[in-house]
Amino acid sequence: MLRVDVTKQLGEFSLEASFESQGRVTGLFGASGAGKTSLINMIAGLLRPDRGIIALDDEMLDDTSAGVHVPPHRRRIGYVFQDARLLPHLDVRQNLDYGRRMNRLAADPAQFTRITDLLDIGHLLDRRPGKLSGGERQRVALGRALLSKPRLLLLDEPLGSLDEGRKEEILPYLVRLRDEGIPMVYVSHDAAELRQLATQIVMLKRGRVTALGGVKVLT
Amino acid sequence: MFEISPAEWTAILLSLRVAIIATLVATPFGIALAWLLARREFWGKSVLDALVHLPLVLPPVVTGYLLLLTFGRRGLVGAWLADNLGIVFAFRWTGAALACGIMSFPLLVRPIRLSIEVVDRRLEQAAGTLGAAPWQVFATVTLPLALPGVLAGMVLGFAKAIGEFGATITFVSNIPGETQTISSAIYSLIQTPDGDAAAGRLVVVSTVIAMGALMASEWFARRATKRLHGN
Repeated sequence: MLRVDVTKQLGEFSLEASFESQGRVTGLFGASGAGKTSLINMIAGLLRPDRGIIALDDEMLDDTSAGVHVPPHRRRIGYVFQDARLLPHLDVRQNLDYGRRMNRLAADPAQFTRITDLLDIGHLLDRRPGKLSGGERQRVALGRALLSKPRLLLLDEPLGSLDEGRKEEILPYLVRLRDEGIPMVYVSHDAAELRQLATQIVMLKRGRVTALGGVKVLT
Repeated sequence: MFEISPAEWTAILLSLRVAIIATLVATPFGIALAWLLARREFWGKSVLDALVHLPLVLPPVVTGYLLLLTFGRRGLVGAWLADNLGIVFAFRWTGAALACGIMSFPLLVRPIRLSIEVVDRRLEQAAGTLGAAPWQVFATVTLPLALPGVLAGMVLGFAKAIGEFGATITFVSNIPGETQTISSAIYSLIQTPDGDAAAGRLVVVSTVIAMGALMASEWFARRATKRLHGN
Protein backbone atom coordinates (compact mmCIF):
# COMPACT_ATOMS: atom_id res chain seq x y z
CA MET A 1 0.00 0.00 0.00
CA LEU A 2 1.24 3.45 -0.94
CA ARG A 3 0.37 6.47 1.17
CA VAL A 4 1.22 9.98 -0.01
CA ASP A 5 0.42 13.25 1.70
CA VAL A 6 2.85 15.95 0.64
CA THR A 7 3.26 19.63 -0.16
CA LYS A 8 6.03 21.06 -2.30
CA GLN A 9 6.69 24.55 -3.60
CA LEU A 10 8.52 24.62 -6.95
CA GLY A 11 8.99 28.24 -7.95
CA GLU A 12 5.52 29.60 -8.70
CA PHE A 13 3.99 26.16 -8.74
CA SER A 14 2.65 24.58 -5.60
CA LEU A 15 1.94 20.88 -5.29
CA GLU A 16 -0.38 19.61 -2.60
CA ALA A 17 -1.33 16.00 -3.04
CA SER A 18 -2.79 13.40 -0.78
CA PHE A 19 -3.90 9.93 -1.75
CA GLU A 20 -3.77 6.33 -0.70
CA SER A 21 -3.58 3.50 -3.12
CA GLN A 22 -4.29 -0.19 -2.72
CA GLY A 23 -4.58 -0.88 -6.40
CA ARG A 24 -2.20 -2.91 -8.43
CA VAL A 25 -1.83 -0.14 -11.00
CA THR A 26 -2.44 3.39 -9.83
CA GLY A 27 -2.92 5.68 -12.78
CA LEU A 28 -1.72 9.22 -12.16
CA PHE A 29 -3.68 11.24 -14.66
CA GLY A 30 -3.41 14.91 -15.58
CA ALA A 31 -2.43 17.43 -18.22
CA SER A 32 1.23 18.31 -18.61
CA GLY A 33 2.24 20.74 -15.89
CA ALA A 34 -0.20 19.22 -13.40
CA GLY A 35 2.70 18.06 -11.21
CA LYS A 36 2.66 14.34 -12.07
CA THR A 37 6.40 13.99 -12.58
CA SER A 38 7.23 16.02 -9.46
CA LEU A 39 4.93 13.76 -7.51
CA ILE A 40 6.53 10.50 -8.62
CA ASN A 41 9.99 12.00 -8.27
CA MET A 42 9.06 12.50 -4.62
CA ILE A 43 7.89 8.89 -4.35
CA ALA A 44 11.22 7.80 -5.86
CA GLY A 45 13.12 10.01 -3.41
CA LEU A 46 14.66 12.19 -6.12
CA LEU A 47 12.79 15.22 -4.80
CA ARG A 48 12.20 15.99 -1.13
CA PRO A 49 8.77 17.18 -0.04
CA ASP A 50 8.62 20.45 1.92
CA ARG A 51 6.13 18.89 4.30
CA GLY A 52 4.33 15.61 4.63
CA ILE A 53 4.76 11.87 4.48
CA ILE A 54 5.31 9.14 1.92
CA ALA A 55 4.91 5.57 3.12
CA LEU A 56 5.12 2.25 1.34
CA ASP A 57 3.57 -0.73 3.09
CA ASP A 58 4.74 -0.31 6.69
CA GLU A 59 7.84 1.72 5.92
CA MET A 60 8.04 5.48 6.22
CA LEU A 61 10.06 6.76 3.23
CA ASP A 62 9.57 10.44 3.95
CA ASP A 63 8.33 12.02 7.11
CA THR A 64 9.34 15.66 7.29
CA SER A 65 8.14 16.12 10.87
CA ALA A 66 10.46 13.32 12.02
CA GLY A 67 13.27 14.26 9.64
CA VAL A 68 12.97 10.96 7.76
CA HIS A 69 14.15 10.82 4.15
CA VAL A 70 15.20 7.47 2.75
CA PRO A 71 17.58 8.11 -0.18
CA PRO A 72 16.52 6.74 -3.62
CA HIS A 73 19.02 3.89 -3.65
CA ARG A 74 17.59 2.42 -0.43
CA ARG A 75 13.92 2.64 -1.42
CA ARG A 76 13.81 -0.33 -3.75
CA ILE A 77 11.44 1.56 -5.99
CA GLY A 78 11.96 0.99 -9.70
CA TYR A 79 11.58 3.93 -12.07
CA VAL A 80 10.99 3.82 -15.81
CA PHE A 81 11.68 7.28 -17.19
CA GLN A 82 10.04 8.76 -20.24
CA ASP A 83 13.47 9.02 -21.88
CA ALA A 84 14.59 5.49 -20.80
CA ARG A 85 17.94 6.74 -19.44
CA LEU A 86 19.88 3.61 -20.30
CA LEU A 87 23.56 3.85 -19.42
CA PRO A 88 25.24 4.57 -22.77
CA HIS A 89 28.60 3.02 -21.90
CA LEU A 90 27.09 -0.36 -21.01
CA ASP A 91 25.51 -2.86 -23.37
CA VAL A 92 21.94 -4.08 -22.91
CA ARG A 93 22.93 -7.08 -20.81
CA GLN A 94 24.99 -4.90 -18.45
CA ASN A 95 22.16 -2.38 -18.23
CA LEU A 96 19.74 -5.16 -17.30
CA ASP A 97 22.19 -6.52 -14.70
CA TYR A 98 23.01 -3.11 -13.25
CA GLY A 99 20.43 -3.05 -10.47
CA ARG A 100 21.21 -6.60 -9.38
CA ARG A 101 24.94 -5.81 -9.25
CA MET A 102 24.45 -2.58 -7.31
CA ASN A 103 22.23 -4.35 -4.79
CA ARG A 104 24.73 -7.23 -4.57
CA LEU A 105 22.08 -9.82 -5.32
CA ALA A 106 23.05 -13.25 -6.61
CA ALA A 107 22.60 -13.85 -10.33
CA ASP A 108 19.17 -15.27 -11.16
CA PRO A 109 19.43 -16.61 -14.72
CA ALA A 110 15.88 -18.00 -14.68
CA GLN A 111 14.39 -14.63 -13.79
CA PHE A 112 16.69 -12.90 -16.30
CA THR A 113 15.50 -15.18 -19.09
CA ARG A 114 11.87 -14.82 -18.05
CA ILE A 115 12.02 -11.02 -18.15
CA THR A 116 13.95 -10.85 -21.41
CA ASP A 117 11.42 -13.27 -22.95
CA LEU A 118 8.49 -11.33 -21.55
CA LEU A 119 9.79 -8.14 -23.16
CA ASP A 120 11.28 -9.76 -26.28
CA ILE A 121 14.70 -8.23 -25.76
CA GLY A 122 16.76 -11.44 -25.71
CA HIS A 123 18.22 -10.71 -29.15
CA LEU A 124 19.41 -7.23 -28.11
CA LEU A 125 21.65 -8.22 -25.20
CA ASP A 126 25.00 -7.44 -26.83
CA ARG A 127 23.95 -4.11 -28.32
CA ARG A 128 24.64 -0.64 -26.98
CA PRO A 129 21.70 1.64 -26.18
CA GLY A 130 22.82 3.95 -29.01
CA LYS A 131 21.95 1.19 -31.49
CA LEU A 132 18.39 0.61 -30.26
CA SER A 133 15.12 2.01 -31.54
CA GLY A 134 12.95 4.10 -29.20
CA GLY A 135 10.61 1.17 -28.50
CA GLU A 136 13.47 -1.23 -27.84
CA ARG A 137 15.10 1.25 -25.49
CA GLN A 138 11.88 1.59 -23.50
CA ARG A 139 11.50 -2.19 -23.24
CA VAL A 140 15.07 -2.52 -21.97
CA ALA A 141 14.38 0.24 -19.43
CA LEU A 142 11.33 -1.73 -18.25
CA GLY A 143 13.39 -4.90 -17.96
CA ARG A 144 16.16 -3.11 -16.13
CA ALA A 145 13.75 -1.68 -13.54
CA LEU A 146 12.03 -5.07 -13.07
CA LEU A 147 15.30 -6.95 -12.63
CA SER A 148 16.34 -4.68 -9.76
CA LYS A 149 13.50 -6.44 -7.86
CA PRO A 150 11.57 -3.34 -6.82
CA ARG A 151 8.70 -3.26 -4.33
CA LEU A 152 6.96 -0.65 -6.44
CA LEU A 153 7.42 0.35 -10.04
CA LEU A 154 7.02 3.96 -11.19
CA LEU A 155 6.40 4.58 -14.87
CA ASP A 156 6.53 8.17 -16.10
CA GLU A 157 4.76 8.34 -19.46
CA PRO A 158 6.75 5.36 -20.74
CA LEU A 159 5.00 5.70 -24.10
CA GLY A 160 5.31 9.49 -24.19
CA SER A 161 8.31 9.69 -26.47
CA LEU A 162 6.99 7.08 -28.92
CA ASP A 163 4.83 7.49 -32.02
CA GLU A 164 1.46 5.76 -32.36
CA GLY A 165 2.83 2.60 -33.98
CA ARG A 166 5.44 2.16 -31.28
CA LYS A 167 2.87 2.71 -28.54
CA GLU A 168 0.84 -0.18 -29.91
CA GLU A 169 4.04 -2.21 -29.83
CA ILE A 170 4.75 -1.55 -26.12
CA LEU A 171 1.26 -1.56 -24.65
CA PRO A 172 0.84 -5.36 -24.67
CA TYR A 173 4.10 -5.69 -22.72
CA LEU A 174 2.80 -3.27 -20.11
CA VAL A 175 -0.37 -5.34 -19.77
CA ARG A 176 1.78 -8.44 -19.23
CA LEU A 177 3.78 -6.49 -16.67
CA ARG A 178 0.65 -5.58 -14.76
CA ASP A 179 -0.10 -9.24 -14.45
CA GLU A 180 3.34 -9.83 -12.91
CA GLY A 181 1.93 -8.54 -9.66
CA ILE A 182 4.40 -5.74 -8.86
CA PRO A 183 2.40 -2.69 -7.79
CA MET A 184 2.82 0.20 -10.22
CA VAL A 185 2.22 3.90 -10.38
CA TYR A 186 1.61 4.78 -14.01
CA VAL A 187 1.77 8.41 -15.06
CA SER A 188 -0.01 9.48 -18.21
CA HIS A 189 -2.00 12.29 -19.78
CA ASP A 190 -3.67 9.77 -22.07
CA ALA A 191 -7.02 8.54 -20.71
CA ALA A 192 -7.23 5.69 -23.24
CA GLU A 193 -3.89 4.31 -22.12
CA LEU A 194 -4.92 4.38 -18.47
CA ARG A 195 -8.27 2.72 -19.18
CA GLN A 196 -6.34 -0.25 -20.52
CA LEU A 197 -3.86 -0.48 -17.67
CA ALA A 198 -4.92 1.18 -14.44
CA THR A 199 -7.00 -0.32 -11.68
CA GLN A 200 -7.27 2.94 -9.75
CA ILE A 201 -7.03 6.58 -10.82
CA VAL A 202 -5.59 9.64 -9.10
CA MET A 203 -6.51 12.72 -11.09
CA LEU A 204 -4.20 15.69 -10.74
CA LYS A 205 -4.94 19.25 -11.83
CA ARG A 206 -2.61 22.20 -11.26
CA GLY A 207 -0.92 20.54 -8.31
CA ARG A 208 -4.13 19.34 -6.58
CA VAL A 209 -5.84 15.96 -6.51
CA THR A 210 -9.26 16.56 -8.04
CA ALA A 211 -10.61 13.02 -8.23
CA LEU A 212 -9.86 9.58 -6.83
CA GLY A 213 -11.38 6.25 -7.65
CA GLY A 214 -11.83 3.55 -10.24
CA VAL A 215 -11.21 3.91 -13.96
CA LYS A 216 -14.73 5.38 -14.25
CA VAL A 217 -13.46 8.79 -13.03
CA LEU A 218 -11.70 9.21 -16.36
CA THR A 219 -14.97 9.77 -18.17
CA MET B 1 76.15 12.56 -34.70
CA PHE B 2 72.95 11.98 -32.71
CA GLU B 3 74.72 10.21 -29.87
CA ILE B 4 72.96 10.75 -26.54
CA SER B 5 75.51 10.83 -23.71
CA PRO B 6 74.98 9.04 -20.37
CA ALA B 7 74.55 12.42 -18.65
CA GLU B 8 71.80 13.34 -21.12
CA TRP B 9 70.11 9.97 -20.64
CA THR B 10 70.12 10.58 -16.90
CA ALA B 11 68.30 13.87 -17.38
CA ILE B 12 65.80 12.35 -19.84
CA LEU B 13 64.96 9.36 -17.62
CA LEU B 14 64.71 11.60 -14.56
CA SER B 15 62.33 13.92 -16.40
CA LEU B 16 60.13 11.00 -17.41
CA ARG B 17 60.14 9.57 -13.89
CA VAL B 18 59.35 12.94 -12.30
CA ALA B 19 56.53 13.70 -14.76
CA ILE B 20 54.99 10.22 -14.61
CA ILE B 21 55.04 10.04 -10.80
CA ALA B 22 53.73 13.61 -10.53
CA THR B 23 50.84 12.81 -12.89
CA LEU B 24 49.93 9.47 -11.32
CA VAL B 25 49.96 10.83 -7.77
CA ALA B 26 48.10 14.02 -8.70
CA THR B 27 45.35 12.27 -10.72
CA PRO B 28 43.25 10.84 -7.83
CA PHE B 29 43.39 14.21 -6.05
CA GLY B 30 42.55 15.92 -9.34
CA ILE B 31 39.51 13.69 -9.89
CA ALA B 32 38.27 14.23 -6.33
CA LEU B 33 38.68 17.99 -6.59
CA ALA B 34 37.16 18.14 -10.06
CA TRP B 35 34.12 16.24 -8.81
CA LEU B 36 33.80 18.55 -5.81
CA LEU B 37 33.98 21.66 -8.01
CA ALA B 38 31.64 20.23 -10.65
CA ARG B 39 28.99 18.67 -8.45
CA ARG B 40 28.93 20.23 -4.99
CA GLU B 41 28.03 23.61 -3.59
CA PHE B 42 29.86 24.50 -0.39
CA TRP B 43 31.15 27.45 1.53
CA GLY B 44 34.52 28.63 0.22
CA LYS B 45 34.13 26.95 -3.17
CA SER B 46 35.32 30.00 -5.12
CA VAL B 47 38.36 30.29 -2.86
CA LEU B 48 39.21 26.63 -3.45
CA ASP B 49 38.70 27.10 -7.19
CA ALA B 50 41.07 30.10 -7.19
CA LEU B 51 43.61 28.20 -5.10
CA VAL B 52 43.68 25.32 -7.60
CA HIS B 53 44.33 27.76 -10.44
CA LEU B 54 46.93 29.77 -8.53
CA PRO B 55 50.02 27.97 -9.95
CA LEU B 56 48.79 28.87 -13.43
CA VAL B 57 48.96 32.62 -12.77
CA LEU B 58 51.68 32.95 -10.13
CA PRO B 59 55.24 33.36 -11.44
CA PRO B 60 56.72 29.81 -11.22
CA VAL B 61 59.60 31.15 -9.15
CA VAL B 62 57.09 32.29 -6.53
CA THR B 63 55.45 28.86 -6.40
CA GLY B 64 58.91 27.29 -6.11
CA TYR B 65 59.86 29.64 -3.28
CA LEU B 66 56.59 28.96 -1.46
CA LEU B 67 57.28 25.24 -1.80
CA LEU B 68 60.73 25.76 -0.36
CA LEU B 69 59.26 27.65 2.59
CA THR B 70 56.61 24.99 3.20
CA PHE B 71 58.28 21.72 2.20
CA GLY B 72 61.94 22.61 2.72
CA ARG B 73 63.94 21.00 5.53
CA ARG B 74 62.95 23.74 7.92
CA GLY B 75 59.55 24.39 6.38
CA LEU B 76 56.46 23.79 8.48
CA VAL B 77 55.28 20.72 6.56
CA GLY B 78 58.73 19.65 5.37
CA ALA B 79 60.20 19.40 8.88
CA TRP B 80 57.21 17.44 10.14
CA LEU B 81 57.31 15.00 7.20
CA ALA B 82 61.06 14.47 7.60
CA ASP B 83 60.86 13.91 11.38
CA ASN B 84 57.76 11.74 11.44
CA LEU B 85 57.61 9.90 8.13
CA GLY B 86 61.15 10.23 6.83
CA ILE B 87 59.92 11.86 3.63
CA VAL B 88 62.26 14.56 2.33
CA PHE B 89 61.44 16.78 -0.64
CA ALA B 90 64.20 19.39 -0.53
CA PHE B 91 66.86 18.88 -3.22
CA ARG B 92 65.52 15.41 -4.05
CA TRP B 93 63.81 14.13 -7.19
CA THR B 94 60.66 13.68 -5.09
CA GLY B 95 60.69 17.44 -4.58
CA ALA B 96 60.90 17.90 -8.35
CA ALA B 97 57.87 15.63 -8.68
CA LEU B 98 56.01 17.64 -6.04
CA ALA B 99 56.81 20.92 -7.81
CA CYS B 100 55.77 19.48 -11.19
CA GLY B 101 52.59 17.99 -9.72
CA ILE B 102 51.53 21.30 -8.23
CA MET B 103 52.41 23.33 -11.32
CA SER B 104 50.51 20.97 -13.60
CA PHE B 105 47.53 20.52 -11.24
CA PRO B 106 45.30 23.26 -12.77
CA LEU B 107 45.79 21.77 -16.23
CA LEU B 108 44.99 18.31 -14.90
CA VAL B 109 41.83 19.36 -13.05
CA ARG B 110 40.22 21.52 -15.69
CA PRO B 111 39.40 18.93 -18.40
CA ILE B 112 38.25 16.45 -15.75
CA ARG B 113 35.95 19.02 -14.20
CA LEU B 114 34.49 19.97 -17.58
CA SER B 115 33.87 16.35 -18.51
CA ILE B 116 32.17 15.63 -15.17
CA GLU B 117 29.98 18.70 -15.63
CA VAL B 118 28.63 17.37 -18.93
CA VAL B 119 27.79 13.90 -17.56
CA ASP B 120 23.99 13.76 -17.65
CA ARG B 121 22.76 13.96 -14.08
CA ARG B 122 19.57 12.21 -15.10
CA LEU B 123 21.65 9.08 -15.77
CA GLU B 124 23.08 9.37 -12.26
CA GLN B 125 19.54 9.64 -10.88
CA ALA B 126 18.49 6.58 -12.85
CA ALA B 127 21.42 4.63 -11.39
CA GLY B 128 20.30 5.75 -7.92
CA THR B 129 16.77 4.40 -8.43
CA LEU B 130 18.33 1.06 -9.42
CA GLY B 131 19.97 0.82 -6.02
CA ALA B 132 23.39 2.39 -6.60
CA ALA B 133 24.72 4.31 -3.59
CA PRO B 134 26.32 7.69 -4.39
CA TRP B 135 29.86 6.27 -4.47
CA GLN B 136 28.69 3.46 -6.76
CA VAL B 137 27.05 6.00 -9.04
CA PHE B 138 30.37 7.83 -9.20
CA ALA B 139 32.40 4.69 -9.90
CA THR B 140 30.04 3.09 -12.43
CA VAL B 141 28.45 6.07 -14.20
CA THR B 142 30.16 9.42 -13.62
CA LEU B 143 33.78 8.33 -13.84
CA PRO B 144 33.46 6.03 -16.89
CA LEU B 145 31.50 8.70 -18.76
CA ALA B 146 34.09 11.34 -17.83
CA LEU B 147 37.00 9.09 -18.83
CA PRO B 148 37.98 10.98 -22.01
CA GLY B 149 38.34 14.13 -19.90
CA VAL B 150 40.38 12.29 -17.27
CA LEU B 151 42.78 11.03 -19.94
CA ALA B 152 43.00 14.47 -21.56
CA GLY B 153 43.76 16.01 -18.15
CA MET B 154 46.44 13.42 -17.44
CA VAL B 155 48.19 14.01 -20.75
CA LEU B 156 48.00 17.78 -20.38
CA GLY B 157 49.30 17.52 -16.82
CA PHE B 158 52.10 15.21 -17.93
CA ALA B 159 53.12 17.58 -20.73
CA LYS B 160 53.19 20.49 -18.32
CA ALA B 161 55.10 18.47 -15.71
CA ILE B 162 57.81 17.34 -18.12
CA GLY B 163 58.42 20.91 -19.27
CA GLU B 164 58.27 22.52 -15.83
CA PHE B 165 61.31 24.63 -15.08
CA GLY B 166 60.90 27.68 -12.84
CA ALA B 167 59.30 26.18 -9.74
CA THR B 168 61.43 23.04 -9.91
CA ILE B 169 64.79 24.81 -10.14
CA THR B 170 63.78 27.23 -7.38
CA PHE B 171 62.62 24.47 -5.04
CA VAL B 172 65.10 21.65 -5.63
CA SER B 173 67.88 23.34 -7.60
CA ASN B 174 69.68 21.76 -10.59
CA ILE B 175 71.62 18.73 -9.34
CA PRO B 176 72.69 16.28 -12.09
CA GLY B 177 71.31 12.82 -11.39
CA GLU B 178 68.97 13.99 -8.66
CA THR B 179 66.93 17.01 -9.73
CA GLN B 180 68.31 17.95 -13.15
CA THR B 181 65.46 17.41 -15.60
CA ILE B 182 65.61 17.96 -19.37
CA SER B 183 64.63 21.61 -18.93
CA SER B 184 67.25 22.42 -16.33
CA ALA B 185 69.87 20.40 -18.25
CA ILE B 186 69.19 22.49 -21.37
CA TYR B 187 69.39 25.62 -19.23
CA SER B 188 72.83 24.56 -17.93
CA LEU B 189 74.08 23.48 -21.35
CA ILE B 190 73.26 26.73 -23.14
CA GLN B 191 75.28 28.55 -20.52
CA THR B 192 78.29 26.32 -21.20
CA PRO B 193 80.60 27.41 -24.10
CA ASP B 194 80.45 24.10 -26.05
CA GLY B 195 77.06 22.87 -24.89
CA ASP B 196 75.10 23.70 -28.07
CA ALA B 197 75.16 20.21 -29.61
CA ALA B 198 74.03 18.54 -26.38
CA ALA B 199 71.35 21.16 -25.84
CA GLY B 200 70.17 20.59 -29.41
CA ARG B 201 69.83 16.85 -28.79
CA LEU B 202 67.78 17.41 -25.65
CA VAL B 203 65.56 19.87 -27.52
CA VAL B 204 64.87 17.15 -30.10
CA VAL B 205 64.14 14.59 -27.38
CA SER B 206 61.73 16.88 -25.53
CA THR B 207 59.95 17.71 -28.77
CA VAL B 208 59.53 14.00 -29.52
CA ILE B 209 58.16 13.33 -26.02
CA ALA B 210 55.72 16.24 -26.28
CA MET B 211 54.50 15.14 -29.72
CA GLY B 212 54.16 11.57 -28.51
CA ALA B 213 52.09 12.67 -25.54
CA LEU B 214 49.76 14.74 -27.70
CA MET B 215 49.27 11.95 -30.21
CA ALA B 216 48.67 9.43 -27.43
CA SER B 217 46.04 11.70 -25.90
CA GLU B 218 44.24 12.04 -29.24
CA TRP B 219 44.27 8.28 -29.66
CA PHE B 220 43.03 7.65 -26.11
CA ALA B 221 40.29 10.23 -26.44
CA ARG B 222 39.08 8.74 -29.71
CA ARG B 223 39.12 5.22 -28.35
CA ALA B 224 37.37 6.22 -25.14
CA THR B 225 34.66 8.12 -26.99
CA LYS B 226 34.12 5.16 -29.28
CA ARG B 227 33.88 2.77 -26.36
CA LEU B 228 31.39 4.99 -24.54
CA HIS B 229 29.04 5.42 -27.43
CA GLY B 230 29.48 1.97 -28.82
CA ASN B 231 29.67 2.96 -32.45
